[in-house]
Amino acid sequence: MDLSAINPAVLLASLMVASTPILLAAIGELIVEKSGVLNLGVEGMMITGAICGFAIAVQTGSPALGFVGAAAGGALLSMTFGVLTQFFLSNQVATGLALTLFGLGLSALLGQGYVGIKPPPVGDINLGPLADLPFIGRVLFQHDAMVYFSLLLVAAVWAFLKYTRAGLILRAVGESHDAAHALGYKVVWVRLMAIAFGGACAGLGGAYLSLVRVPQWTEGMTAGAGWIALAIVVFGSWKPWRVLIGAYLFGGVTVLQLNLQAAGLAVPVEYLSMSPYLITILVLVIMSSGRGRAALNAPASLGRSFHASS
Amino acid sequence: MKRRTVLAGGAAAAALGMTRAAWAQQETVKAGFIYVGPKNDGGWSQHHHEAALEMAEHFGDKVELVIQESVPEGADSERAMTQMALGGADIIFTTSFGFMDPTINVAAKFPDVKFEHCTGYKTADNVGVYSARFYEGRAVQGFLAGKMTKTNKIGYIASFPIPEVIRGINSAYIHAKQVNPDVEFAVIWAFTWFDPAKESDAAQALIEQGCDVVLQHTDSTAPQAAAQKAGDVYTFGQAADMAEYAPMPRISSIIDVWAPYYIERVQAVLDGTWESDNTWDGIGAGMVGIGEISSAVPDDIKTEAEALRDSIASGEYHPFTGPLNKQDGSAWLAEGEVADDGTLAGLNFYVEGLKGDIPS
Repeated sequence: MDLSAINPAVLLASLMVASTPILLAAIGELIVEKSGVLNLGVEGMMITGAICGFAIAVQTGSPALGFVGAAAGGALLSMTFGVLTQFFLSNQVATGLALTLFGLGLSALLGQGYVGIKPPPVGDINLGPLADLPFIGRVLFQHDAMVYFSLLLVAAVWAFLKYTRAGLILRAVGESHDAAHALGYKVVWVRLMAIAFGGACAGLGGAYLSLVRVPQWTEGMTAGAGWIALAIVVFGSWKPWRVLIGAYLFGGVTVLQLNLQAAGLAVPVEYLSMSPYLITILVLVIMSSGRGRAALNAPASLGRSFHASS
Repeated sequence: MKRRTVLAGGAAAAALGMTRAAWAQQETVKAGFIYVGPKNDGGWSQHHHEAALEMAEHFGDKVELVIQESVPEGADSERAMTQMALGGADIIFTTSFGFMDPTINVAAKFPDVKFEHCTGYKTADNVGVYSARFYEGRAVQGFLAGKMTKTNKIGYIASFPIPEVIRGINSAYIHAKQVNPDVEFAVIWAFTWFDPAKESDAAQALIEQGCDVVLQHTDSTAPQAAAQKAGDVYTFGQAADMAEYAPMPRISSIIDVWAPYYIERVQAVLDGTWESDNTWDGIGAGMVGIGEISSAVPDDIKTEAEALRDSIASGEYHPFTGPLNKQDGSAWLAEGEVADDGTLAGLNFYVEGLKGDIPS
């Protein structure tokens, strides 16, 4: 065992990269759930975003356009969910699961011609002297644009929910759609926009996998990341900064686990792999002990269909 | 046609299927394949699939191919196999170690269907097993890794702690050590055959800790991509040639060559001569191919590696030749002694010099 082989700065830096896809997907799903919609199709939207982004980046040679395409693809796919659940009032859980299965199949179909192709490289942002700072420079200032974008997005979502009128309306719709409707807010449209935002974020997360972290296209490459994103939203009790912590914790355990193994530490891999989920369960138990759903901070209308006639 | 006649016809057909004499010659064969990953994973499953297609092409109209991809190991695979057997498959190839017990279970229910399980060790009257001596290829990889490394740290992305994977690690280590006594191995157990993101992270972790050669026993090309990004790192193609990453980082590869075996076994079904077998072939028989050693390797090292490959192919040299000790220092093989197939098939220990424990 040689722990000195693990460089903490490098470890933290790769932790941020490993966490970015689930962070993006989770922050999108947070907005969706805040509006009172439970979309279990994150995995499907992620993988669709992964192939859309990959295909467009390869065709145009521009990773930036790839990310835009990924967001559009994810948002478009999420609209099938939006139309089904908001206009036809289908069951959100069943529709979300169907969206995941549909997305996995669709991405495999779209990706037929893209196996074994290398995407155009995504460069790191040059932050000049900041990147040369000891330790901090390596951890924080040598990443690609999407890492910073994801952090900005978390801050933006936080500010949006906390300080803006639109954020207040979104929360109102999620807490009590009947009251919001009585006040004259267009519940269905607010929710549709939230679903589209969630789809776009999931798409970005997927594209981050296929364009930066892996970078290549393979069928089923998200390998369950979407489900982890869903768990993180609950873990973060629907609060943006806690979602960030949750995502970095989940990503961190994965990276740490691999690094400990590479350093030859005899650590039971299975326990480390399950630890984030154990923590989630623990958090849920503690938060829900005694004080009910309100203490959990879950939006009160989460998962309930709305129709103006009700 | 009335519904009752349809049902009766179906029952008659089913009965016919049940009572079909095991050794009768057949006009046509329905051959089924079950893959653990997607059929275009760029590695293991893709190679089985390509071999299956080659086999189907060889027989033309006489063979009908049915495939099922991305089947998880475990209970779900039993369902997939049962469905295939009910669908009238005559022979079913199950191509991952984790399909072993499900294959045996399903085979017991369909005594007239032949099963071929890849990389396992359990056989039955209608279950044959086949595998390739990948460790022969690993010997060549280990040799190249030992010669090419500058940091003397070699990374190994292992999948599951099963004999096949452990053989590979041992064989690679023995031959790296022979040419470079300072070499050290860092092994990461990914506990997956196919998860590009995790494989990529594993490769990244190894590279960050100073490994400049990364061997993989997982199926995707993600580690190759990670190595390419890092720059000065060498890798080897796994199961498929992965030539799209040559000449750097991929400097050679182990290629699985299944097609001749598939053709032979399906032919045996057609002829009515199929019997349960236990095939374990290596470089010599052509089941393991060594991919082109790329231009990143100096010529003299390339020549030596090819000589090693040829001596293994001719049977002159066995990769597990004594003196070899087990990890705990106890004796395993005496000077000049060669490991027998039984021990190799169930190999569950590291050789002396490897660090760390095999997870259980």
